[in-house]
Amino acid sequence: MIRVVLPHHLHTLARCDREVTVDVDGIVTQRAVLDALEARYPMLRGTVREHVTMKRRPRVRFFADGEDVSHESPDAELPASIVSGDQPFMIVGAIAGG
Amino acid sequence: MTAIRVLVGTRKGAFILTSDGQRRKWSIDGPHFAGWEIYHVKGSPVQTDRIYASQTSSWFGQIIQRSDDGGKTWSQPGSDGAGEKAAAGSMPQGKSNMFVYDTSETTGKPLTTHQWYDGTQHPWEFARVWHLEPSLDDPDTCYAGVEDAALFRTTNGGVTWHEFAGLRGHESGPHWAPGAGGMCLHTIVLDPANSDRIYCAISAAGTFRSDDAGESWTPINRGLSSGEIPVPTAEVGHCVHRIAIHPSKPDTLFMQKHWDIMRSDDGGDSWREVSGNLPSDFGFPIAVHAHEPETIYVVPILSDSLHYPPDGKLRVYRSRTGGEQWEALTKGLPQEHCYVNVLRDAMSVDTADPCGIYFGTTGGQVYASNDSGESWEAIVRDLPAVLSVEVQTIT
Repeated sequence: MIRVVLPHHLHTLARCDREVTVDVDGIVTQRAVLDALEARYPMLRGTVREHVTMKRRPRVRFFADGEDVSHESPDAELPASIVSGDQPFMIVGAIAGG
Repeated sequence: MTAIRVLVGTRKGAFILTSDGQRRKWSIDGPHFAGWEIYHVKGSPVQTDRIYASQTSSWFGQIIQRSDDGGKTWSQPGSDGAGEKAAAGSMPQGKSNMFVYDTSETTGKPLTTHQWYDGTQHPWEFARVWHLEPSLDDPDTCYAGVEDAALFRTTNGGVTWHEFAGLRGHESGPHWAPGAGGMCLHTIVLDPANSDRIYCAISAAGTFRSDDAGESWTPINRGLSSGEIPVPTAEVGHCVHRIAIHPSKPDTLFMQKHWDIMRSDDGGDSWREVSGNLPSDFGFPIAVHAHEPETIYVVPILSDSLHYPPDGKLRVYRSRTGGEQWEALTKGLPQEHCYVNVLRDAMSVDTADPCGIYFGTTGGQVYASNDSGESWEAIVRDLPAVLSVEVQTIT
């Protein structure tokens, strides 16, 4: 069971708690976690990753176990603490403004 | 018993203002979608409790929201409810915000680029929905004008959207260039007398008309003159801000352009300037009185560099002669130290009698007149910057 933390606007959009859980079969990667998240909450499709390219939206970041993994391959295995559920996979709205 | 519902889109959410037919006491509901930019909210003319909203964010992209109870509750079409409930639905899931440009050979041309600021060709990139125009006869059909400029339509209540590729695929498409606000299709006008006729306006390409229900398009900019482009009378390249018609005279169109108020009496085949005695012929919105097809309203703004009212006075100008002769309407509007703007989708009319006029400002006020513009009152004052105002008259 993978824990996922959503930014304010996305958990209000999905009408769920800030932290949700998803089940992932096989290797736990960014892509697998996001696929599972979007399957459970289809209203989030297109908000974290663009619909066609499936690339991370520019102002969205991914944190895992205290590291910014936004630029890691979407098919790279996430840290063991995420796989075990000890730490959440964090989807973050980038700080922007003044 | 008539009721009035004013749908307000702002930089930080949507608000719904309601009143009875007297239009003196208003209740304010919102914010809906707090913190999101709400570019446009508009209801179906044939099913008034069916409302579409464009919710956007520079972080999380485009969302389409729909209400079927007059704005009390909302959902993303096809994705209402989370988890198992959504997964069990038979409709496409999570596609209501999917606006994908049609590049197939069968529907036109694989047009993928347009002119960029530096003169190079730039990929067409979807940014947001600027304008939603519900069908005049089917609540499940709605048109969407988007940035980068293209026209989309849903026929299933917003669950999925498909592009009319013939517009972007017009031979002039690669020459369209963005204006300061981006390259947006911001105005959609449906001809109430001819379901095959659709008008749209693009900044900064100009006005286009389809006579085959959106399949093919013709630029209709003859008579427009724009000093800001190399050939002022070019077929395309004009920065049209807004078009309005009266349903009883659908061949007469009124236009607020980057500069100039224009009118056409032949369905856009030709235009002539009717700016007349306005203090500035720059502005964004234009609206037509509900019962008088030659009475029109504009809000003059001081130049494209300043974007605020002349002399710090917020004045609506009304022409009862279809242009040329204009009178300032000031009663109830601030006449000193006012430097707000009124954006292109932020003015609308009701169909009560006398006609009500409504507009919202970048300062967060929504002003209303229940007497055709003779007097005005701020029905709400401190909203976020207003992007759009639409009015429903519910009988």
